[in-house]
Amino acid sequence: MIPATDLLLALRPLHVCVGPTGHIRQVGKSFVKLGIDDPTGCRFLEVFEFLRPMQPATMADLRRLAGQVVRLHVRSEPGIGLRGLVIDDQAGGVICDLSFGIAVVDAVHRFGLTARDFASSDLVMELLFLQEAKSSAMAASFSLNARLNGARLAAETEALTDGLTGLHNRRALDGALARLGQSDTEYAILQLDLDRFKQVNDTLGHAVGDAVLKRVAMILRTHTRQDDLVVRTGGDECVIVCPGLTDPTRLSALAGDLIRDVSEPVMIDGQEVSVGASIGIAVSAHAARGDPQTLIARADVALYAAKRSGRGRHLFWSPHMGDSLAELDMPVSAARG
Amino acid sequence: MHGLIFRTLEAFVSDVFGADCWARAVGLSDLPVTSFEAMLQYDAGYFPKLLAACAEVLDRPESVILEDLGAYLITHQNHASVRRLMRFGGETFSELLHSLDDLPGRTRLAVSGLDLPQVHVREPISQSFIIDCRGEPAGFGHALVGLLRAMADDYGTLAVLDHRGIRNGSEVIEVIVVETAFGADRGFSLGGAAMAEGA
Repeated sequence: MIPATDLLLALRPLHVCVGPTGHIRQVGKSFVKLGIDDPTGCRFLEVFEFLRPMQPATMADLRRLAGQVVRLHVRSEPGIGLRGLVIDDQAGGVICDLSFGIAVVDAVHRFGLTARDFASSDLVMELLFLQEAKSSAMAASFSLNARLNGARLAAETEALTDGLTGLHNRRALDGALARLGQSDTEYAILQLDLDRFKQVNDTLGHAVGDAVLKRVAMILRTHTRQDDLVVRTGGDECVIVCPGLTDPTRLSALAGDLIRDVSEPVMIDGQEVSVGASIGIAVSAHAARGDPQTLIARADVALYAAKRSGRGRHLFWSPHMGDSLAELDMPVSAARG
Repeated sequence: MHGLIFRTLEAFVSDVFGADCWARAVGLSDLPVTSFEAMLQYDAGYFPKLLAACAEVLDRPESVILEDLGAYLITHQNHASVRRLMRFGGETFSELLHSLDDLPGRTRLAVSGLDLPQVHVREPISQSFIIDCRGEPAGFGHALVGLLRAMADDYGTLAVLDHRGIRNGSEVIEVIVVETAFGADRGFSLGGAAMAEGA
């Protein structure tokens, strides 16, 4: 039978034999990679520091750890944890058989370990293979997720955008109103309707009509703030939602600027085109909180009141106008156009 | 069938022959997909159609395309991880060949759902190997020939590899290792790509 010390050398690359005096008698071949050249003759507890389950100070302490799983590290490499088993060598000393725990991945990097530094029966190669394969597979998964997320964001943006003007669409408006309805933020809604747009479309053609709409969209974007939501809700109708803006003076100024700029005659395809705009405004402080639809209806009522009173102007909703178009003393169709 | 297989074919054709070749092959195959994702599953029936279309567009036999694809996986920088994962198989080319029995298992460990044919390796005469591959995808043996040829180079080993056709329902590959220290070994450190490995 092969002597025990030779057996250890052949099978266990990270073992330490400690004599009765506490000095190292023999170590496995892989310690040299850990920067411990030849520790034989050194005191075991000066080379290694125990972490768990206790820190032995004497040989007697160490022998009491026999049979227990211990955690320790080489004093010169505190970052690389080792774990192992202490056994009594029946001759006054102990044998400590060690391995890298989960720190093996770091240890391989740190010390440039190779397959020969591990016992042939060790599963460490499978562990390293798996670690590397998992990283590659995760990278592929992450890249797929990133691409899918990009596509999702693009689709979401597209779903909320009006194709012609690049303004938001009704779906975006519904989402924003639902969020405002649940928050305490005060806000104003401006309903804008172009005057004489139908004539432009009918006499100069849809291409010119589209150009007018794009120009109006640009004007609306220019005059509104980053947080305002500018929506094209249909043909020549737009809605502007202004969170946090309820001051009538500022809202009047905004509406005035919009109407002035939209009404500026403009040359499109060599023809002078002139449209106008009317605006109805409703402010959330007047509305029952949590019901943005009421506010939208009131802005609509104010818009038709503005159109009826001569177009090219803006009006704030007030209680005497009522909450719906039916309460206005005019046919709805007469106000359109 | 695992998207990695399709993705590999797409990457190979696009990287080596150009994106327009791939676009023509996909068009010719008449499949409802134009680009494949590595981490999705696709209908296994797509693969033979795509391969046939590639053969027509690239004007070469399917077996040659698969062999080149195998070599591409090992030699192309975009797939350095494949070379590294293969090098885990052994410290010499012969050890790698003996580890091929584990290839489907290792592959499943790496990417669950990526099923490869059963591989059975024998060495009836020293340094002369017979490799049987049984199962889908058909033609895997050709890709394995290309891949192993590139790995032999990687180890600096001179080896002769041949696909001997189909015997008893298995693709049969013959490998003769002629000289183990024929060229420079590109090297392999467990520590990963970060550590210097010969170019």
